[in-house]
Amino acid sequence: MRRFVPLAITFIVGTVLILSVFIPPAQDLNRTFTLYFDIIAVFAFFLGGGNLLRVHINKLRMKKRDWQFSIVTLSGFLIMLAAGLFKIGNPGDIATAVDAEGSMFQTVFNYVLNPLQSTMYSLLAFFVASASYRAFRAKNREATLLLIAAFIILLGRTPFGLMLTGWIPESFSILQVPNLAMWIMNSPNLAGQRAIIIGIGLGVISMSLRLILGVERSYLGDDNA
Amino acid sequence: MKYMLRVLFSLVLFATTAVLAQTDVVESDSTTVVTEQTPAPVSMFEAKDKDNDHGHAFVLNWELSADDGAGLDNVLTYEVFRWTPNISDSIGIIDTLLNVAIVDNGPLNQTTATDAEQRIDSLMTAFLGPLANASAQEKGARLHELRAAYVERLAEVHSAYPANGYWRKIKVVPFGTTSCEDVGGKEPENSGYIPDFTDYYYRVDAVTADTLVRAESKIAGPVQSSGQWFNTGRVPVLCFVIIFTILTLYFVQAAKKGTDLYVRPLGGIEAVDDAIGRATEMGKPILYVLGLGSAADVATIASFTILGRVAKKVAEYQTELIVPTYDPIVMSVAQEVVKSAYYDAGRPDSYNEDTVFFVTQSQFAYVAAVNGIMLRDLPATNIYMGKFYAESLILAETGALAGSIQISGTDEIAQIPFFIVACDYTLIGEELYAASAYLGREPVLLGSLKAQDYAKAAIIILAIIGLIAGNLDWTGFTGLFEVTN
Repeated sequence: MRRFVPLAITFIVGTVLILSVFIPPAQDLNRTFTLYFDIIAVFAFFLGGGNLLRVHINKLRMKKRDWQFSIVTLSGFLIMLAAGLFKIGNPGDIATAVDAEGSMFQTVFNYVLNPLQSTMYSLLAFFVASASYRAFRAKNREATLLLIAAFIILLGRTPFGLMLTGWIPESFSILQVPNLAMWIMNSPNLAGQRAIIIGIGLGVISMSLRLILGVERSYLGDDNA
Repeated sequence: MKYMLRVLFSLVLFATTAVLAQTDVVESDSTTVVTEQTPAPVSMFEAKDKDNDHGHAFVLNWELSADDGAGLDNVLTYEVFRWTPNISDSIGIIDTLLNVAIVDNGPLNQTTATDAEQRIDSLMTAFLGPLANASAQEKGARLHELRAAYVERLAEVHSAYPANGYWRKIKVVPFGTTSCEDVGGKEPENSGYIPDFTDYYYRVDAVTADTLVRAESKIAGPVQSSGQWFNTGRVPVLCFVIIFTILTLYFVQAAKKGTDLYVRPLGGIEAVDDAIGRATEMGKPILYVLGLGSAADVATIASFTILGRVAKKVAEYQTELIVPTYDPIVMSVAQEVVKSAYYDAGRPDSYNEDTVFFVTQSQFAYVAAVNGIMLRDLPATNIYMGKFYAESLILAETGALAGSIQISGTDEIAQIPFFIVACDYTLIGEELYAASAYLGREPVLLGSLKAQDYAKAAIIILAIIGLIAGNLDWTGFTGLFEVTN
């Protein structure tokens, strides 16, 4: 019974949603079920918050390695929770929005969380450079091809590319670096991407069928198919 | 003196010329008043019910005005009009009153008298009569009743065309356009509701730069909308789904009967066992990242399967597993999957509840936390499986810097190159979904994988034929695969 009920729900809902694609009056069902999912997700936030508290309080209590970081995590969590729940510093009364300008919640969000997130995101620039350095080493034929393609695209996306090859006559304009870059992006690159997309599409259908038919059950914590 | 006179004369001449030139410009400007000529109206204008939909919608088609792109070439836009009974305006005003005044703690619920409140009150009185002592809720209920009564009368008042109505502009489309849709609300409660089986009338005006100069089309109507029970525009998709399902069931049955099914090896998955072995030897943990997807994403579901297999091996080898999660629902499912894997491995006592834990639902805060784990705990192996976005490279590069063996898999096209560059093994797109079947080696799962391979082969063949057909203009063949709406 513990396995049968979720499998039956998956089968019925999956089949109904597939059929709804072909039945116009039922086309909004997809949106309705997404709404149900969102409602369930709201309750899951309590699970998440509870787990966070439990894990970090345990860490503090048992003085596990790096327990000091848990103080920061718990403080951040509790301060934001209190600021949001009790609307600390809100310009109006309790009825005003939690993210009203001037509220503590919004101030911490704007002046602490946002800059920290931007800092993390900005790391990407350095990582792109280091990853490119590793990827573009001409170790073998494929890597050399990648290096050449990347070089053309990098050059083609800058005014320098046009400056270098702008003199090439119109009849051979494909050889101008910006055009060559565009061709690489629109032809070989797009063809490759579409092949992957078709594969993903088939994979999704296959996986969905496995789930609907109950062949794939690992998401229920059942390892035996 | 003579020289001075010559200079003076030249200056006067120059000034006069300049003034005359200026005058010319003014005169020239004053004569450039453009008078638009009336353009030709659109032709072959027709309004019909939209096919393959739930009803409540029309499609309008016409042929361009003779003066659009040719002739006078002065048509700038086409304005689409729908004949609208006056009662529709009343419904619109009631909707506004209900949305603005009653709901959302609007002015009617406020204690302070304002102009807005007075205006709304006077409108309410116009609709409902004197309601001096009525509460906001009572007024709302009365408005709902009145609205329902008006909606019920819509079909009747539409049939009285052209009495008690007017032409309302519903759309403006640019020159060169030959069709548009009028999609209304589906439920009577929706604003802009278009009832089915009700007479509607449409008109299109060809409009010039001077919006007063326009040509009206003939009136199309009466036309009624209705819903269909089956979307014939999606028949090719249905055929494909049926064929694919039959193929899957066939191969699953064949696999159950013991047919040997060859599945090509997946490097990334074969490396999982080695990576777990390496972690065991080094005495370091394994980090498993499920990505930023929700439990409803297929990639995350596939990742659960792989997590189950990894957790089972980890339990057998008695290695430490760390699973930081981004989504609380994903956390709950992952906890269940890991717990089951430990039970299956016969090591329920080794299961630690803190193996799978929730971090945060903020993208870069999550990245910061996971990167912190990588740099502090130095896991021997990092496995990234699921949905990833901008954080993919930050995670994978940090892992590479920490010296971990990295295996990744995602169906996010834009992130695949980053993983390929920064990880030792990458499952590209569909390989992520295939991994679960490949890992399990269960006949039924392999059967579905085989069906997928055959479908892929069929698509390649059809794509080649389609390429030839497209170039030879065999529209009959390409039309077979056309999906509309």
